[in-house]
Formats: sequence, structure tokens, C-alpha cells
Amino acid sequence: MQYLQSSFYQQWLALDDSQLQAHLTQAKASDVTRVLAQANIEVADMPILLSKAAQPFLEQLAQRSQALTRQRFGHTLGFFIPLYLSNLCANDCSYCGFSMSNKLKRTTLTPQQVEAECQAIKALGFDNILLVTGEHETKVGMAYFTQVLPIIKRYFSYVMLEVQPLSTEQYSAVRQLGVDAVLVYQECYQQDVYGKHHLKGNKTDFRWRLETPDRLGQAEMDKVGLGCLLGLTDWRLDCLKLAIHLDYMQKRYWRTRYSVAFPRLRPCMGGIEPQHLPSNAQLVQLICAFRLLSPQLDIVMSTRESATLRDNILKLGITQISAGSKTQPGGYADQTEILSQFDIDDERSPEKMAKVVTAAGLEVVWKDWDPSYSAG
Amino acid sequence: MPLKIADKTFYSRLFTGTGKYSSAEVMANTIKASGSELVTVALRRADLQQKNDNILSHLTPLGVQLLPNTSGARTAKEAIFAAQLGREALGTHWIKLEIHPDPKYLMPDPIETLLAAEQLCALGFVVLPYCSADPVLCKRLAEVGCAAVMPLGAAIGSNQGLSTRAMLEIIIEQAQVPVIIDAGIGAPSDATLAMEIGADAVLVNTAMAVSPDPVVMGNAFKLAVQAGHNAYQAGLGVQCSGANATSSLTGFLNEMSF
Repeated sequence: MQYLQSSFYQQWLALDDSQLQAHLTQAKASDVTRVLAQANIEVADMPILLSKAAQPFLEQLAQRSQALTRQRFGHTLGFFIPLYLSNLCANDCSYCGFSMSNKLKRTTLTPQQVEAECQAIKALGFDNILLVTGEHETKVGMAYFTQVLPIIKRYFSYVMLEVQPLSTEQYSAVRQLGVDAVLVYQECYQQDVYGKHHLKGNKTDFRWRLETPDRLGQAEMDKVGLGCLLGLTDWRLDCLKLAIHLDYMQKRYWRTRYSVAFPRLRPCMGGIEPQHLPSNAQLVQLICAFRLLSPQLDIVMSTRESATLRDNILKLGITQISAGSKTQPGGYADQTEILSQFDIDDERSPEKMAKVVTAAGLEVVWKDWDPSYSAG
Repeated sequence: MPLKIADKTFYSRLFTGTGKYSSAEVMANTIKASGSELVTVALRRADLQQKNDNILSHLTPLGVQLLPNTSGARTAKEAIFAAQLGREALGTHWIKLEIHPDPKYLMPDPIETLLAAEQLCALGFVVLPYCSADPVLCKRLAEVGCAAVMPLGAAIGSNQGLSTRAMLEIIIEQAQVPVIIDAGIGAPSDATLAMEIGADAVLVNTAMAVSPDPVVMGNAFKLAVQAGHNAYQAGLGVQCSGANATSSLTGFLNEMSF
């Protein structure tokens, strides 16, 4: 793997965990009051907003988060849908149903199947699609992407990719093929914990993954998705590092837009029991803290979460949700189950979800891009 | 006097946007209440292939002039391409040129905007560029053929009012094309001020769309723009710091015979 000369990795190395922990644990109610009185929230304020001391201020955080979100995004909520192209994977991760050591029927959609999926998804009304694969460099790599992306781009204005980390050159190439956004979640910013959960395959290379957003910035991707998987380690410290990463990216690659997601670990076949999972209240605290830090940030919520939680949370700072997701490859055109990456919780159809969103006083945005703005 | 831009005449000097509304119905009712006759539509939001696009189908009955915008474009090339698609699909050669590569403050890129404006004018478009409140840039945009200039009052959606007022006054003073103050107008009083200092029109979106009562706010902006424009035409009194009753410095002249 070709590492970068200058990247977030150097800044990450310089982070002092004990100092960050101290900032998180020593925050007091008076610090929270002071930060909330500021017109602008900076990354240096994040330990305070993510601290236990901020929990009693949740309503204030939510009010401000909602106002900032409405101000910036209006009374709208973007809809996207994941398309699972393959469940092949050359990694072994403690928490994932696609892990290579799991015995399951592996499949990668053929171009014909991809076309059928696109048609089925298009019929649901979507124009913003997230392509997902396991991480299998040789069988589901650039050759495959080059084959299927032109098909997909004919159907969807905005194309997002969630696959194995690629090189800068490869990102430039997929951008030319119509990819607008790439999501690569670090999963965990603590290298020792990361090592315990990523056991085999390229994903064991912590630095390669950590430098991925830099490579995306260099490839001038329209949007880059950052995130950590909640349930592996202390979420406050991990999300503080995520905020530091986001701040670094926003300043260095200033043309790029960013999204974050806060996936909470869900049960899957052969997977571990999640630890340190944030509660619903703590998840709200996280969303609001990131909104206060960055009013323009896309905050994404998937169907992992329950319908009740999603219905209530979507007004507080979320800007993008998925709806009607199928996490098994081929699941839209063919309803027979193969295997999912994880269990989804909110199984409502996009149409039903749209009604819920409308009832909440928000307009569903299905289309928010023009192919003229995609490269290539 | 109505406002003339290119070959069109506008009786309302309030231009509006179509984004950020909770529904297309609320949007249409607000635009109606605002009396606006020129309405921007983001090409990225409109489904140009679909004839019954939700935004467009609600605008058609209002009989307003559509002004497609290139929001989302980061370079001249992208904006020109989008403008051409918009012209084909919407049947209008009017374009609001927006190129903002900075997703945080959505500041317009002056270099790409000038480049795109020049080419779009050459392609026969009526170009209304969203630009920084930079007097020289506004002159350059007019020189390449823009039908109006749209300098910002403050960052888009910020509701900060006319934070660029001193520069806007220079732009208005020097203008030979209409000046439409766009972005940052957060309250009807900001719109009034913009008109009082001589703007030809204002463009307002967020302050109306995000208001708890968009329809009432739309009407408030209508009245504010009319008030400001009427005041400008009537001529505002000169501001001075104190009362003006005595003439202590020149009173001695009355005492003298010659």
C-alpha cells in the first residue's frame, strides 16, 4: 500500500489520548453553558459537547441543532437507497455478516442483474443511490466497477460508493465514471481496538484506511463520508477523533462536502456482542454536537435504527435517510433472501416512509443533483 | 416605473427561490403572497425528464418567469453544461449563474463565474450572475454581457442582512445594468434597506421558506420591498447628527450691511 507523505495520519499520531480523555471527563456544566452561548462552535469545543456534563443540556442542544439544520437545509430530508452489489469479502471482521470466515452463499451481481436492480429501485422513486460491496479487491475491484458504473449512472444522478478503500488514481477513475461520493468509515480510531476487530485482509491496515479520506480529497470527490462504528470502544473518545478528522478534512479539502453517520452495531451471523453502545439519548447528543460543529454537514441515518427512533430523530439534525433498504445483493428485483450484512430494523417501504416524513412537516428530496455536476 | 431586465418587464421587485419549503403547496402559496414574478429553480432539484415535476407543476399555474440556477456547479464548465440542459428542458434562455465551490459558506467563485458568464452570454443566454459584492467584478460581469448583477448581501441563508453594504453602495452607484441584491437578506427590514440604497430588486428565499409562517412572511417581504423602493424614489432625507436650527457660524452676515 502506498502511504501518503502528508495526511491525517500525522495529526492522528500526535493526538494525546489521555489529554482528550481528560477534556471529556473534566467538562463541567459551566463549560457547556459557555460553549452554548457562543455563536460558533469549534472543534476545540467538541469534548465539552460530547461529555457527560452536556447530557442535561440535551434539549437545548436539540433545539439549536434543529434550528441550524432548518436554516441550512430548509424543511427537507434527502432520501437515498443502498444497492448491494456483492457480498464477497476478503476481510475478517468480528462484527460483520460478510466476513470471509462466515459460511454463506456468496454472490456478485452480473451486469444484467445490476440493470434489473436499477430498474426496480428507480421505480421506487430514488435518484440518489449508495453502492455497497464487501471488500474483495480481485473479484469486485476496478474491473467490476468499470463494468457496472456506466449502467448505474444511466439511472441515477447521484452515485455514492461504499467499497474497499481505493488509491487516489482509482478514485479519480471512478469519479470519471460518475461516482459523486465515497463513504469509507474508519470504524474505530483506536488502533489497538481496531486491530482486535479487523483480523484478516487489507482492512487490517489501519493507516491505509485512515488516509482514505485524504486520497478522496485529492481525487476531488464531491462528497466524502466519515464515520465510526459505535459499539467497539468508548464512543465519546472515538467520536471526538472523528470530529477532529472532519475538521482536518474540511479545512484541507475545502471544496469537498462531508457526511457523517453514527451506525450502532447490530447483531449479525457470527458477530460479537456490541460494547459501549451509546443509548438513544447519547445518540441524539452525538448528532446534535456534530450539527453544532458543522451546520453544512450531511448527517445520515440508516434503517439499522428502529422506526420509532428514526421518526423522532429525523427532525433534530438528520439530513439524509435511507428507506426500504435491502441488504442482500439482488434484493430489490428478487425478494428471495440470501444473506444480509446486518439485520435492518426499520422495514417500512420508501412510500410509507415518505408519508411519515411529510407528516413531520418535511419535504422528501428524491433528487438533489444534476449529472452535469458529475465528472466525466 | 417597472423594472426591465433584458426583454422582460417586472412589476414586482422581489425575486424568490423555491428551495427549503416543507411542501410544494406552501412554496406556491408563499410565492403568490410575495407577488414575485421571477422565481429561481435549482436545476439539481428539478426533474427535467419528468413532465410532472413537483416543483415545476406548482409554479406553472402562478405564471411566473422561471429562472433556472446552476447551484451545485463548482466550475465554469459544469455551470455551462447545466445551463444548456436547463435551456433545453425548461424552454428558457434565462440563467442564474451560481458557482460556489466552497460548501461551507457557498461563496461564489469570481474567476469561474466571470469565465462562465462570458461564454453563456456568447451562447445567447440572459445571464444573471450571483457574485461577491465586488464593484470591479460587477463591472466586468456587465462588460461581458450579463443582463444584471446579483451581488451578495451576506452569506447565502445566513440572514445577516446587508453586511456588505459599503461595497453594495459602490456597485449601485456605478451600475449600468440592474443590481439585484441576493443572499443574506434575513428580515423585511433588510429588504427595505436594500431598496432604499437603490437596489433594483432583491432575491429572498431562506427568510421566507424557513419562517414559521412562510405565507405571511412572503407578504411582509412584498410590502417591505415596495416601501423601500417607494422611499428611494421619493428621496430620503439626509441624515445628520444634530438639530439644524441655528446658524451660529454665519449669523454675523445678517448684521453686516454689505
